[in-house]
Amino acid sequence: MGLLSDPQNRERILCFLIRHNSKLCILCYALGLVWFLLLPLPPLSAPTYISENALLPGLVEGTFGGGSQALVLSRDFAAHKDLVGGLPVEWLNKTMTSLGLEVHTQTFAVDLPFPDEINERYHVRGTNVQGVVRARRAASTEALVLHVPFLPEANDQATGLALSLAAHFRKQVYWAKDLIVLVTEHDLLGIQAWLGAYHGINLTSMGVRSSELGGYCGALQAALTLQLSSDVATSIDLQLHGPNGLLPNLDLPNLVHRLCLNEKILCTTQGLLPPQEDNAWWQSMHIMLLQALGQASTQPASEHGLFLRHRVEALGLKAINSHRQEKVSLNKLGRLLEGVFRSLNNLLERFHQSFFFYLLPSLQNYVSIGNYAPCAAAILVVLFLCAIELWAKLNPDKERGAREAAALNQASIPWLSVIGSIVIAHGLGIALYVGPLVAHQSAANYFDLPEDEAVSLTALGIGVSSLSLPHRGSTPQGWIWLKLFALLELGMLLLALDLLNFPLAFMLAIATVPAAVFSQPSHKTASIALLLVASPAALSLMGLALQTELNPHGPPSGQLGGFIGLFLRWLQCLSHSILEHQSLGTNLYPLLTLGLFPCWLQLWHVALWKE
Amino acid sequence: MRLPFSSIVLVSIGAAVAAQFSVRGRNALDKAEQKADDGHTNNWAVLVCASRFWFNYRHVANVLSVYRSVKRLGIPDSHIIMMLADDMACNARNPRPATVFNNAHEQINVYGDDVEVDYRGYEVTVENFVRLLMGRVPPNTPRSKRLLSDERSNILIYMTGHGGDGFLKFQDSEEITNIELADAFEQMWQKKRYHEIAFIIDTCQAVSMYQKFYSPNIVAFASSHVGEDSLSHHVDPSIGVYVIDRFTYYLLEFLEKIHPASQNTMDELFRVCPKRDCISTPGHRTDLFSRDPSTVLITEFFGSVRKVELVTRVVSVPSLNDLLTAVPGKKDGVNEDVTLSNDFADQLPVAQMVQKGKQNEWHPPDGFILAFWALVLLVFFKTYGMKHLTFIF
Repeated sequence: MGLLSDPQNRERILCFLIRHNSKLCILCYALGLVWFLLLPLPPLSAPTYISENALLPGLVEGTFGGGSQALVLSRDFAAHKDLVGGLPVEWLNKTMTSLGLEVHTQTFAVDLPFPDEINERYHVRGTNVQGVVRARRAASTEALVLHVPFLPEANDQATGLALSLAAHFRKQVYWAKDLIVLVTEHDLLGIQAWLGAYHGINLTSMGVRSSELGGYCGALQAALTLQLSSDVATSIDLQLHGPNGLLPNLDLPNLVHRLCLNEKILCTTQGLLPPQEDNAWWQSMHIMLLQALGQASTQPASEHGLFLRHRVEALGLKAINSHRQEKVSLNKLGRLLEGVFRSLNNLLERFHQSFFFYLLPSLQNYVSIGNYAPCAAAILVVLFLCAIELWAKLNPDKERGAREAAALNQASIPWLSVIGSIVIAHGLGIALYVGPLVAHQSAANYFDLPEDEAVSLTALGIGVSSLSLPHRGSTPQGWIWLKLFALLELGMLLLALDLLNFPLAFMLAIATVPAAVFSQPSHKTASIALLLVASPAALSLMGLALQTELNPHGPPSGQLGGFIGLFLRWLQCLSHSILEHQSLGTNLYPLLTLGLFPCWLQLWHVALWKE
Repeated sequence: MRLPFSSIVLVSIGAAVAAQFSVRGRNALDKAEQKADDGHTNNWAVLVCASRFWFNYRHVANVLSVYRSVKRLGIPDSHIIMMLADDMACNARNPRPATVFNNAHEQINVYGDDVEVDYRGYEVTVENFVRLLMGRVPPNTPRSKRLLSDERSNILIYMTGHGGDGFLKFQDSEEITNIELADAFEQMWQKKRYHEIAFIIDTCQAVSMYQKFYSPNIVAFASSHVGEDSLSHHVDPSIGVYVIDRFTYYLLEFLEKIHPASQNTMDELFRVCPKRDCISTPGHRTDLFSRDPSTVLITEFFGSVRKVELVTRVVSVPSLNDLLTAVPGKKDGVNEDVTLSNDFADQLPVAQMVQKGKQNEWHPPDGFILAFWALVLLVFFKTYGMKHLTFIF
C-alpha cells in the first residue's frame, strides 16, 4: 500500500514509460536539440536592460581630456620597456608617484610542474605594480580596479591610457570608492598572485609565493581589464567568460554597451559584428556558440576572468583596430572608461540585481537560465528513461508483460564482474588524472621527449591502454547492472555540471547520451563506433575543431592547418589543460578524467561484454 | 386597532435616541464648519522626504525647494518639521559638496547654510512620522522635533519619495499605507491638533494615498493617479542625477509667483500641473474640506500670514490689574473673551515632569550616616560596659 503515491498510478506510468521508451527517448533528445537551436530567437531571448537602479548610466558628462597625455605616457612606457627588457618597475613607480598615486609593488614566484610551451615559461618570477587613487571623502571600504596586463609586445597604449585616467581621477572630489590601477606581469599568473595576496586565499593546489601586499583598499566591487595596442581603435570587444564557465553579472556588460552606444563606439562580443536583420538567426547562433565553446573550454577569455572567482564582477575590454573608417581616439576611449567608472562609483551594493547565468546571442539580447535550462534537462532525461527501462528488465513483474518475465532467468547479481568493472574504471580515471604529472619526468627521460609532449603522450598512453582491458562477464545479463550504474553515474555527473557550467554539460550530453543509451553487447560494432566518437579524447578534439572553425580570427598564425595541425594543437591543449588545472584551478581535465572517463569506460565494458 | 403600550414606548425611546445622535452628528459637523469659519491662528509645515541614496537626489531637492518656498512666505523654522535622509549634500559622490541643487543651472543652493533638518538619517521612519503627527512622542523629545499644533493650526504636509498603490516607501525598508495615514489624521482631529490640513504628495500613484481619508477639513493634491508613474523633470549632467520631479518643478514655478500678500487661491493650485507638462495626471480631493477652495488663499497653508484687522473706532483696553481680578461675564467694559474658551490638548506633559522632580528623594550624606552609627555604638558600649567590645574586635 503506497503512502505518498498511488501504486496503481505508479504502475501505469511505469508501464507507459517502458512501452514507449525508445520513442520517448528520441523525442526528448530531439526536443533538447531543437530548443537549443531556437534559443537566439524571441521569445526565448529577450532584450537586455539595466537592472541596477543606482548605476544611472550615461547621465553624467565626462570631462576627460588626457588623450594626448596618454599617448606620451605610452611612448615613454614602450621606450623604458625596451630599455629594461621587461616590465619597467622603477619607471612605473616614479610616474605613478608623480601623478599623485599611492604606489605599491608585489613580487611573486610560481614554479610550474612542467614547462609551458605556449607561453614559454617554466619558473616564473614577476612583479605587479599597483597605484591607488584614494577617495578623499570616503572611508576606503570599497575599491574599483582598472587592470592593464603587461605584454612584452603589446598593450603600451593601454598602460598610457590607464595612467592618464588615474591622473584625471586623482583631481576629482566625487569618488566614493578607491581606484586601483594595476599592472601585472605574466598575464594569468600575475593577476592570480595579486588576487590571492589581496584576498589572503590560495585557490590552486600549487603554491604561489608572493611578498606582502600593501595598499589594501577594502572590498573590490568591480574590475575592468584593458587591452589596447594601437593609437586609435575601431571597436571595443567585450570578453565575458572566466575560468570554469563563470560569467560577470549581466549588468556590467549591459552598462559598457549602453555607454558605448552613448559615445557612438562600436561594441562587439566574441569578435563578431552585431547580427544584421537578414541573417539574424545564424549570426546570433554563431556568437552564442562561441561563448558556449569558450565557457566549455573552462579557460578564461582574458585576465579579468580571475576576478570572477572572488565574485568581483569584471569585464575584459579589448580595443580592436580594423580597416573600418570610423576611428575612435584615445580621448573618446578615456571618456568611455570615465563614464563606466562614474557609474560604478554610484553603486551602493555589489552587483546582484541582474543575471549571473546567461547566454548572449548578441549584446542586445540575452537568454536567461530559465530559458536555456530545459535543453539540458530534456537530454539528460533520456538517460534516466533508459535507466528505468533497464531497471524494469531486471525486476520483471507479472503486470508488465509475460514475455519479458519469460525471457529473463532471474539470476543473482554478478557482483564480482560489475563491481570489478566499476572499480577498475574509476581507478583508471584516477591514474589518468595523476599519471601524467607523476610520470612525465621519467617518460621524458626515457623517450627523450620535450616535457609537455611527454605529459600529453603519457595521458594518451594511459587512455588507449585502458581500452584493452579484459571484460569477461559471468552472466549474460550482468551487463544490464553495469549499464544501469553507468547511466545513472553519467546522468548525475552531467546534471551537477549543468548547474555549474551549462555549455560544457550540454555539449558533453549531446555527444555522450546517444552513445550511452545505445551501447549494448548485441550491437557491438555500432556501439563501439558511437562510443569511440563519444570518448573524452574525441569530444575534446571535436570541441577544439569547432572552436577553430567558428573563431573569426582563424587559427593562430604559424601553425599547420588541416587535420595534422588540429591534432598537434590538440596534444598541446591536453598538456596545457593539465598545466592550467594545476596553476589556475580550471576543471576541464579533472572532469574529463575523474568524471567522464570512468563512466565511458564502464559503457565500453558493456559494449564489449562477453560471456 | 390598538397598538400595544410597550411598542409605543420602545418606538418613542428609539426616536429620542436617534434624534440625539443626529443632533450630535449635526453638532460635530457644525463644529467643524464653525471651526473653519473661525479661521486659523498659526501655520505649521511638515515636509517629508521618504527616500535615501544618491540616485534619489531629486526627492531631497523636492523637499528642500518646498522648504525654501515655505520659509520665504513666512513660516519660521520653529514651525517647520523637516524629515530628510540628508545624505545628499555631504555624500562622497556629490561633485558639489555641501550643496543641493534643484535645477541644472545650479543657481540656487537649496541646502544653504541655514537649513534645519529635524529628523535626519535613520530617524525618518514610519513610526517617528506617525508619532510626530499624533503628538505621542517620547518624553525626552526636543521641542524642535514636536508638532506643537493646536486646534487653530493650519498644517501643510508635503511628502515625496517612491510610492505605489496605497503605500509610500520609507527609506527602502518599510512602508506607510494610506489607511495608517488616514487613521493618523483622524487621531489628530480627535485630539484637536489641526484646524485644516493641506496634504500634497509627489510620488508614483500618489492619489491612492489620500483616497482613505475620512477626517474633516483636509484638502489633498497628488501628482499622479493610480496606475501612473510620476516622472522626473531633467538631469544635471555635471552632477549626474535627476535633480527635480516634474510635479514639484511646476509647483515651484507656481509658488515663485506667490508672495505674502498674494490673493491666489487653492483652485489655481489644482490647475498647476496639466497632463501635457507633467505627463502624469494630478488629482485633488476637496470633499472633506468645508470651505470652497476658490475662497482659500495659498498663503493660508504655504505662508504664515497674520490676520491684521484695521479698526477705525476707539477700543477701550482695560488695565492689566482689572483683567487679572475680573470674573468672567460680570464686569462691564471687560471683553467677554478675556478667558479663552478654547481648550488645548496637553502638548508638553508638564504635570508628569513636575511629579518626576518630586520623586527624587533627598538622601542624607554618607559621612553623616557613618558618624551617626558610630555615635550609637559608642553610647551602647559606654552604657553596657566595654567588655562587649571584645566580641566585635
